[in-house]
Amino acid sequence: MRQSFAESTARERISQLLDAGLFYEILGPAQRVSSPHLAQLGVPAAFDDGVVIGSGSLGGRPVLVASQEGEFMGGGVGEVHGAKLVGLFQRALVVRPAAVIVIAESGGVRLHEANAGLIAVSEVMRALLDVRAAGIAVVMLIGGANGCFGGMGLIARCADHIVMSDIGRLSMSGPEVIESSNGVEEFDSRDRALVWRTTGGKHRYLTGDADVLVEDDGDAFRKAAMEALGSAKPLTLESMLAEHALLSERVRLFGDCKDAMDIWRRLGVNHPERVTDMEADQLQSLAHRQSTDLEPV
Amino acid sequence: MNWQDLATALFGEQHHIIRNGDVLSGTAQLQDQTIAVVGTTDHASIGVEIALAQAAVVLDTIQNYPGRPILLLVDTQGQRLRHRDELLGINRYMAHMGCCVELARRSGHKVVGLVYDQALSGGFITSGLIADACYALPEAEIRVMRLPAMARVTKISEDVLEALSVSNPVFAPGVKNYVAMGGIRSLWEGDLRAALTTALADTTITDERAKDGALRGGRTMSANVTARVVAA
Repeated sequence: MRQSFAESTARERISQLLDAGLFYEILGPAQRVSSPHLAQLGVPAAFDDGVVIGSGSLGGRPVLVASQEGEFMGGGVGEVHGAKLVGLFQRALVVRPAAVIVIAESGGVRLHEANAGLIAVSEVMRALLDVRAAGIAVVMLIGGANGCFGGMGLIARCADHIVMSDIGRLSMSGPEVIESSNGVEEFDSRDRALVWRTTGGKHRYLTGDADVLVEDDGDAFRKAAMEALGSAKPLTLESMLAEHALLSERVRLFGDCKDAMDIWRRLGVNHPERVTDMEADQLQSLAHRQSTDLEPV
Repeated sequence: MNWQDLATALFGEQHHIIRNGDVLSGTAQLQDQTIAVVGTTDHASIGVEIALAQAAVVLDTIQNYPGRPILLLVDTQGQRLRHRDELLGINRYMAHMGCCVELARRSGHKVVGLVYDQALSGGFITSGLIADACYALPEAEIRVMRLPAMARVTKISEDVLEALSVSNPVFAPGVKNYVAMGGIRSLWEGDLRAALTTALADTTITDERAKDGALRGGRTMSANVTARVVAA
């Protein structure tokens, strides 16, 4: 039976992802490792600080997993939340799992502990890249209702592999932030269709920012994560030159586009207005994506 | 301090740092060492083009000048807040810059960041905080958000935030708070040239920030929590 990934909690997503009964949580709620900063603000803390981490098994192979709880402070990264993620990545260097899988749902830096959160995001990024350098795959699963924004959007794009659902969103600044800075005519945050076209899984898949698009279904994420276990791609000069060429080409090809549909049309999608209603597998079969294997120029 | 005065204080008059738009790039001599410089000025708003321009300098240095140290000069109001940048996937462009710095580090380049004017929010993460270590001038400003805006988003009164910011470095803008939390290794005062020389000699390529934050009392849980997760 299909289980909505978006509507599930962080813990439910882990149980949908992993082999049954094989999750060992690290610093779980019983340990009560929570934020030292929220009480002074009169804000309730969570005993896991909004992120569940631990080890388990996926298709019989050992993995480390983190799952952010979007219902707690929007999944925002604070001191403890960030330190748990850093610790998980550092642990990967010791136990060498088949992959570190992050179920990301976060608005980025938690403003209630802004400075600590900003530094923590940067520490997570470096710890993640250490894991990639060790040849261990880092896989992001993005399908929560709150999306993956800000610092967490940066962290996600440092990973080897990204799986998204149509509901998932991946971006930098939230539409509300852009609207409040530059006006509703710049980005109307209440225009849901516009928000999804700009930041949603389908757009990110068509432009190649997400590697795989799946339905909003726990089992679909599980299958995609299993296939991603061997996706480790340590950074090399060649790979970074290729990435640079791709991103330069993207600005050249699409820099004047006003809407995601303009980009999709230029990618060769004949009826961009139909994309919104397509199922994930229909869209995958279109295969009009920005090539992710450009040669360096 | 403006970037020209900074460049002169660091390298004397004979540097080859140029400004193109809001992007700074070039080389300069520090004793017998050539330093690659990349950064921004005029409180640059970092959009996809600036992120790419910065990454290009880092990649060129890795490709053509093995081992050359890299100095990141930070003055940014954060990432560009435009629909177009989000449409193009600005987070991927910024992450690309961060990954280029990471590749430089792994390829044997020392990378030192210096906040010489203003460092804000996400724009700072991949243009400064990704360095081996980040330093700041005492008059520089570092913050995620101004207190009034933070009060709006968190729905906590500005008075409460203001009061807390005196005793807790977690909330308040300011370079000293970032030093206390370990995010900034130290402030450069007096002889900037000597400070850069020391930084290039002393900076380790391992991430020391959580440890520094614990030692300095500004971020007490981070290092401990990380260690517990590794040891679990």
